Amino acid sequence: MSNAVNILLAKEKDYIGAKLGMWIFLFTEIFLFGGMFLIYAVYRFEYSFDFYNSSEHLNLIMGTLNTALLLTSSLTMALSILAIRKGNKKLSTIFLFITIILGILFMVNKYIEWTAEISNGIYPNSPELLQKSKGEILFYGLYFVMTGLHGLHVLAGIIILSVMLVFVRKDKIRESDFTWLENSGLYWHLVDVIWIFLFPLFYLAR
Amino acid sequence: MKEELDMEQKEISNHTLSYGTYIFVWAGLIIFTGLTVLFSGVSLGAPKIAVALLIASAKAGLVVAFFMHLKYEKRVFQIMFSLVVLILVIVFVFTFFDYPYR
Repeated sequence: MSNAVNILLAKEKDYIGAKLGMWIFLFTEIFLFGGMFLIYAVYRFEYSFDFYNSSEHLNLIMGTLNTALLLTSSLTMALSILAIRKGNKKLSTIFLFITIILGILFMVNKYIEWTAEISNGIYPNSPELLQKSKGEILFYGLYFVMTGLHGLHVLAGIIILSVMLVFVRKDKIRESDFTWLENSGLYWHLVDVIWIFLFPLFYLAR
Repeated sequence: MKEELDMEQKEISNHTLSYGTYIFVWAGLIIFTGLTVLFSGVSLGAPKIAVALLIASAKAGLVVAFFMHLKYEKRVFQIMFSLVVLILVIVFVFTFFDYPYR
């Protein structure tokens, strides 16, 4: 009897509980970035003119492209979860694969963008940046820290989703048990939401 | 027992959206992105940031409600999320009650 109970307990998965835990983790992420957005807000209020000026030097086309990439990756992520829920393993795998590729493309663009800026002598504490006004130094400081931390989150997301891809292939994630994929999806979407705010605040402040 | 738990998941997935709905939401997100880039080129003066933030909030709302399916989640999830947003708003509003008058 007790053995049977143990087996049942081991097998039991608290679907709602797992999701609740994921959301609570996401709340801590919201506050992490929220604090940075607060710093941004205060400095933008203080140095509005410098912020407008600096924003013009960011690559708007690259920023817009990256926004489209991330939004589309969120779509394919949601579609991947929907496909596994409907029992379509193959479709789920394809959508998940596209999501990972889009995430990688986002990082490639970020790399190109940052490389161009750094080669122009713009990076935290660079001699060229330090000659600029205080507001511009703050703008670029926040830009590198906030998009950098966001980039790290995208990178983490890519790794997590790659593991999930293996799980789907091995039927560890399946129609009757997709909690792993769903929680990974929630993380991916949150990273997207953070970018939705980063984009207008940095690229469209002009 | 195991079957019952699977039923619980099934029940929730009954609220699952269709492929079409997701694509529709995505189209909305792309249109909003186009709008916000377009508006940034127009000289609106002070309300420009307000417009940009409004559009960003609408986009975030779409992602949270549909892609993260908070709209179809149990009440407790929605209440918790609302509280987090409320706390953020309070922090921002209180900061600007204080900061500009220093």
